[in-house]
Amino acid sequence: MALDQSFVGRTYPPTDPYEVGREKIREFAEAIGDPNPAYTDTDAAKALGHPDVIAPPTFVFAITFKAAGLVIEDPQLGLDYSRVVHGDQKFAYTRPVRSGDRLAVTSTIEAIKTMAGNDIIDIRGEVHDETGAHVVTAFTKLVARRTEEA
Amino acid sequence: MTAKISYDDVEVGTELPAQTFPVNRATLVRYAGASGDFNPIHWNEKFAKEVGLPDVIAHGMFTMAEAIRVVTDWAGDPGAVAEYGVRFTKPVIVPNDDQGALIEVSAKVAAKLDDDARTVRVDLTAMSAGQKVLGMSRAVVRLA
Repeated sequence: MALDQSFVGRTYPPTDPYEVGREKIREFAEAIGDPNPAYTDTDAAKALGHPDVIAPPTFVFAITFKAAGLVIEDPQLGLDYSRVVHGDQKFAYTRPVRSGDRLAVTSTIEAIKTMAGNDIIDIRGEVHDETGAHVVTAFTKLVARRTEEA
Repeated sequence: MTAKISYDDVEVGTELPAQTFPVNRATLVRYAGASGDFNPIHWNEKFAKEVGLPDVIAHGMFTMAEAIRVVTDWAGDPGAVAEYGVRFTKPVIVPNDDQGALIEVSAKVAAKLDDDARTVRVDLTAMSAGQKVLGMSRAVVRLA
């Protein structure tokens, strides 16, 4: 079933702040097997000009995807999440996410398309820190695969 | 940002050191925990097969996280990455054996974008079992 085009441009309220912890960054860096000291060693991060340890580039997805749940689970939109696969992902950074950040995400539906019976939805998640400054924008394309006809 | 590579030292076509990243079932369980993505297609073979997959597959975001390491290791400062995007074209299939799967990543400088901002576009290629697993995989990197 095609999704309602009138949802394009809809912006959802900002999420409650997510506080980025240094041990969560360490856990994520270890899970991807990345020993870069900028993720775990404050002095190494400072030597690169960062005020504290920074997170790997894709770390923020866990935060923006949770925020996108407002869209995905919007009963009025009616996306069938059981059929959803991740199509594309992009990040545009003003600065890296770092320990101590309190990040709020504002999600907007950028586009809705139907191709070959698949619903395709583009969600933009703007991530701001506690001062209101922009940190990163996440662009997430989700594809809800066509329901198989009996 | 303090990238260790100078904008002046790279040309279109400059290759970044390629890397191969192993992934097995334990890697996926660990990534699920760290990322909060507990979709059973990434750890439950029975479930994966029921939804039509050949076997358990890696999280697309795990593959995305591995691929950019070629860029962050090269640039020195992960904060030098200004943009990064991928398309998930094929899954990385992770069999339940000692070996698991390999993600082979290569990258090269595709364009010098801005002489003042000292940004370059790096195009990445990520392969697993002979299949291209990421498409349109590009990063914009601020160099020194």
